[in-house]
Amino acid sequence: MAQMKFMCDAERCIECNGCVTACKNANETDWGIQRRRVVTLNDGQPEEVSISVACMHCDDAPCMAVCPTDCFYKTDDGIVLHDKDLCIGCGYCLYACPFGAPQFPQQNAFGERGKMDKCTFCAGGPAETKEEEFQKYGANRIEEGKLPLCAEMCSTKALLAGDAQEVADIFRQRVVRRGHPDGGWSGNQRREGQQTRAGQPDVSMADSLAYDAARQG
Amino acid sequence: MSHTIHWRSLWRLPLLALLLVVGLALTQVAEAQSDPQAEAATAVPALDADTWRQVRSGEVDAYYRDSRFDSTYNLVNASGESWRQWRNRWVSPYGLIVMGGMLVMIVIFYLVAGRKRLEEPRTGNKLLRWSALERALHWSVATLFIVLALTGVTLLYGKHVFYPLFGAGIWGAMVSASKLLHNYLGPLFGILLIVLLAKLFVHNLPKKHDLEWFRKGGGMIGNEHPDAGFANAGEKAWYWLLATAGIVVIISGLVLDFPNYGQARDTMQWANLIHAVGALGLTAVAFGHIYIGTIGTEGSLEGMTTGYVDETWAKEHHNLWYEEVKGETVPEEQIASRGKDDTAQGPAQSSP
Repeated sequence: MAQMKFMCDAERCIECNGCVTACKNANETDWGIQRRRVVTLNDGQPEEVSISVACMHCDDAPCMAVCPTDCFYKTDDGIVLHDKDLCIGCGYCLYACPFGAPQFPQQNAFGERGKMDKCTFCAGGPAETKEEEFQKYGANRIEEGKLPLCAEMCSTKALLAGDAQEVADIFRQRVVRRGHPDGGWSGNQRREGQQTRAGQPDVSMADSLAYDAARQG
Repeated sequence: MSHTIHWRSLWRLPLLALLLVVGLALTQVAEAQSDPQAEAATAVPALDADTWRQVRSGEVDAYYRDSRFDSTYNLVNASGESWRQWRNRWVSPYGLIVMGGMLVMIVIFYLVAGRKRLEEPRTGNKLLRWSALERALHWSVATLFIVLALTGVTLLYGKHVFYPLFGAGIWGAMVSASKLLHNYLGPLFGILLIVLLAKLFVHNLPKKHDLEWFRKGGGMIGNEHPDAGFANAGEKAWYWLLATAGIVVIISGLVLDFPNYGQARDTMQWANLIHAVGALGLTAVAFGHIYIGTIGTEGSLEGMTTGYVDETWAKEHHNLWYEEVKGETVPEEQIASRGKDDTAQGPAQSSP
């Protein structure tokens, strides 16, 4: 079984928000719901870097652990999905989520939260019919053998989606090709200052970094 | 066709060709000089370790941008995992231990000491202790407290019991009803509790003899009734617990209940922990209050149901209050014949 993961290559992301638009279009989410966001650090500075964030489908998902109704479940592909029929809109998943992924449509008074909405890795969710599934959770591209549209449409292929091992392989190759110590994500202490005897960057460390980032469950 | 060629202007052509050749030659040199190591050395530095450390810590500086509309989130919710651990590993299990421990202690106390019976026979003369308004407030607050405790406990522990027991359909209806009741009745409870606290404030001002009451464990040590006014020191402790922890639970509950005031995610994490700890603690103490007020003490419950207590009960449990109001006793038969409406008169009390 595959272990599905997203990975955003911060060295490639150009903050075009194509992933955000693709997601919104593929899933036709409610007004005000934007499952993916692009975060830019050091905007306008020489070290500016951007990264696209949505639900990262954690191995040990905090949302699952704190949900009072136990509405979350993990598919065989390692995708974290939730049942909107059980969701009560308490917001606990949002308190726990490392990535700010859960969002709540506000249709009632006093800011009462509606049923939580988040990225489904384009894998839909539990429903009786296809129409109901699309209406509640958006597209189920996984069922059609397709990957999430955000990653598929990423113009610089910064955003990768797929089996953790595949994603790690692609990222590893990139780091090797880039050929300098900061080729992947900079600032990893285990990688900084690591060089082989020939004076070349130690790629094996990048390899372990890539493996860490998209760990097989 | 009047298109003529100005031969003189063609002198530019060989110049352009020369420039092209020289330019190409220069690029060749530049390309030959390219060196990945040198390039890496002169490249714009990527984000350093400090920046990623800052991201992990949840800090946001002036150069942070988020493309999501009205988003106030940082890149990594640094406190989320701490909140999860506090809630799931500490608050949740210890809440069960505290509430269960209290129940066990009450059962043991009941089995060992039994019910606290009146030592003297009843005189049949009654004293008005709680007015109709106070009783109405008390029972409204009590009912709401029980509903909030049950729904709150369902929200915290229900998934471990009712989901496997009843399945998704019934559990879904149950938990959404719990959340709805909890969120809508909570503010009502808050208002009524504050009114009740204000109404009973005068009775619950601490007095010197309260210390003596605590020293004697409310009569458990030495087996004699310590001095007590309208409210004994134990009742005052419950009052002040509600006036402090109760208010904190109400405020933290309102923070969670109305997310439309822009309170931050971190604020709501704190509010949630404070709310849970306070509410679980109050629930455990409420078990004790309910026990003492019902089966624990003979003659107490009738005060809060009918409004009247027996003269003997007042003499034994609230001797100082009894001394103040002993002239206002009413015979039992008279109350029965007066009917229920008249009990709405103010309580027989004298202000301290």
